[in-house]
Amino acid sequence: MIALLVALGLAVTPGPALSAIETAEAQAIMQQIRCVVCDGQSIADSDAALAQDMRVFVTSRVAAGQNAADIRAALAERYGDEVLLRPPMDWRTAPLWLAPLLLLIFGGGMLVLAARRRS
Amino acid sequence: MIAEFGRFLIAIALIASLVQCALGWVGARHNGAGMAAQAATRASLTALLALIGGFVALTVLFLQSDFSVAYVAANSHYDKPLLYKFAAVWGGHEGSMLLWCLLLAAVGFGLSRLGPRGDAGLRVRAVSVQGALQVLFLAFLAIASNPFDRLFPVPVQGADLNPILQDPALVIHPPMLYLGYVGLSAAFSLAAAGLIEGRGGQVLAAALRPWAVAAWVALTIGISLGAWWAYYELGWGGWWFWDPVENASFMPWLIATALIHSAIATEKAGAFPGWTAFLALVAFSLSALGAFLVRSGVLTSVHAFALDPERGLWILVILAIVAGGGLALFGLRASKLGAGKGFEPTSREAFIGANNLFLVVTAGVVLTGTLMPLIIDALGGRMISVGAPYFNLVATPFLALLLILIPLAPFLPWRHGGLRPVAISLTAALWLVPASMAGLFALFSGASVFAIVGAFVGAWAFAGAASDLWHSRALTGLAPRLAGAGRAVAHAGIGLVALGAAADSTGAPETARSLAVGETMVVDDTVLALSGISRSDGSNYLADEADITVSRRGNRIATLRPERRYYPVAEQNTREVAIRSSLGGDLYVSLGDPRPRENGELAYEVRASFNPMVWLLGLGAAFIALGGLLALSGQAAARRATP
Repeated sequence: MIALLVALGLAVTPGPALSAIETAEAQAIMQQIRCVVCDGQSIADSDAALAQDMRVFVTSRVAAGQNAADIRAALAERYGDEVLLRPPMDWRTAPLWLAPLLLLIFGGGMLVLAARRRS
Repeated sequence: MIAEFGRFLIAIALIASLVQCALGWVGARHNGAGMAAQAATRASLTALLALIGGFVALTVLFLQSDFSVAYVAANSHYDKPLLYKFAAVWGGHEGSMLLWCLLLAAVGFGLSRLGPRGDAGLRVRAVSVQGALQVLFLAFLAIASNPFDRLFPVPVQGADLNPILQDPALVIHPPMLYLGYVGLSAAFSLAAAGLIEGRGGQVLAAALRPWAVAAWVALTIGISLGAWWAYYELGWGGWWFWDPVENASFMPWLIATALIHSAIATEKAGAFPGWTAFLALVAFSLSALGAFLVRSGVLTSVHAFALDPERGLWILVILAIVAGGGLALFGLRASKLGAGKGFEPTSREAFIGANNLFLVVTAGVVLTGTLMPLIIDALGGRMISVGAPYFNLVATPFLALLLILIPLAPFLPWRHGGLRPVAISLTAALWLVPASMAGLFALFSGASVFAIVGAFVGAWAFAGAASDLWHSRALTGLAPRLAGAGRAVAHAGIGLVALGAAADSTGAPETARSLAVGETMVVDDTVLALSGISRSDGSNYLADEADITVSRRGNRIATLRPERRYYPVAEQNTREVAIRSSLGGDLYVSLGDPRPRENGELAYEVRASFNPMVWLLGLGAAFIALGGLLALSGQAAARRATP
């Protein structure tokens, strides 16, 4: 039983030691990356082994001085766009960025019309 | 035998609902007087009693652990604690559908008793429409998700309820949420009835507002319990993840909030008559969408939909009928509601209009973000994910705008632009003091932009609500006083939630250390020492309990006992966190799995964080719900006062 419990577990993330600023930066990146094998958890929150590998990857890249956008791009390259919790802006994801704008313009127009109505 | 009896009761409820729908339809033609209308009321009571009977029957099956019933076998276990045998009645898809139908029938009977007085035609028509909703969902329950279906061969033991769902908060969270979802069906039925009967928008708004407020209170409590559960049960220290399941309940809440405000503007000033009816139709449609998305498993994957095509098809058809039917009716009959009255840009209606705009846009963002991954997946494109970073970026700005408007609106008169510039700016200038203090405090403690803005608008809204409450002293009569207090308290609660979210976001990321017994770790100014590990098994799980001594400046201040549990039947691990709450915030500790070190000793993974002022969130949620209840009792007092 103990062996099974141990096998299911995870250890504290190993990897290079980071400064406080780098730790915060790595943490921010981890919160924006989805754990591929879990339902909608970020790799910062996940207990899964793969999430741990991805955390190590992020930590090592931050330590190497890479910027956040490059690290995200590298992860998306390797695991697919699915890992980005904030999806990239392209034509497929256009509704995500345009829908709020259109709703706002359309709704605002309706509101102005409602205000001007005489009765 | 009990299972067959339960099946029979569901059939009875289905037939009674058909009668309720048909006779109500006939009865409404005669202005709600006469035999048919009376019989429709009786039928709605019959449906309700039959479903209560069905619910009791299912509960008995769970208490008996009758695994010859497929649903019981899938969600229970002999060794499961009694409380969770009860909770399992609504813990899975079939049982939750039974609860859904039971509440629908309760609303049907409630409408016949508490529906608009003095307008029997509208009331009976609404009972009839509600009967139609009951027929739809009961048919789905009876044919495609019957909780009384038998299983053969009968298993010796059940599969147990998902361990993370075995929690006291989750015993009441789903029924509360469902009460809110289904409560909105009353607004739906009244709006549809008003459109059919051709009642004016003002009559309609007055009729549906109490139902909308009641449903909204239940939704608020349900969502808050869910967030609280996520906070202490999932073990990540977060309380809102913009997870699809949370979004599914947040959308109806946003629309119901918009509905309540719009209905007030329609009732008091004749603005937005069509819009109020439209929101009532949308609110319940989104509730149905949300409940189904969650229960059908579509959210985890579109492919779950394909696993059970019959059920999936039913769901699509019901959604199409409810939402499509409602909107088609609206398209055909909206002109009957009458034209809205105009208003000036600085009137209260204008601010309520802006409130509705931002709430609906937020709901639109949440809907698009929740459905886009499903749509792209279904179209076969490269998959995408939409998570917290997107929603925080796109949705929260609108929520911040709302918070700026909240305290101003109550000081404006209806219809006329009555911005008495001097008076209101003097009042509002006063609110800038706490708002700026909170904002500056966040700024100087090195918080993010999110936290600075959140602290500012939160304190602004709270101060504004406080002065709203102060000014409503002048009101006379019980009903207006309750209504005024309700508004101020609910608005203050929104401000508190914003403050809590801002404060919580300033917490440092959690610290994770691998500790052997006797070792220590440091979080902020607090030292945590792992003093011991002991076994503390429950009836259906094995557990390790850590004994963690917490000290500050050498003084021992607490002992925390987080657990890691293993549920053998479900083969799942869970973490039971330990939390030490104080005014400053929560010390939050969870225990992970042991790893042997090279020297052979076992080291446990301990994760700890300090979450600043989380209690503000709970207090805010309580304020919001209390505000709703005060408003509701104000309406009850007004109803009693009018003969």
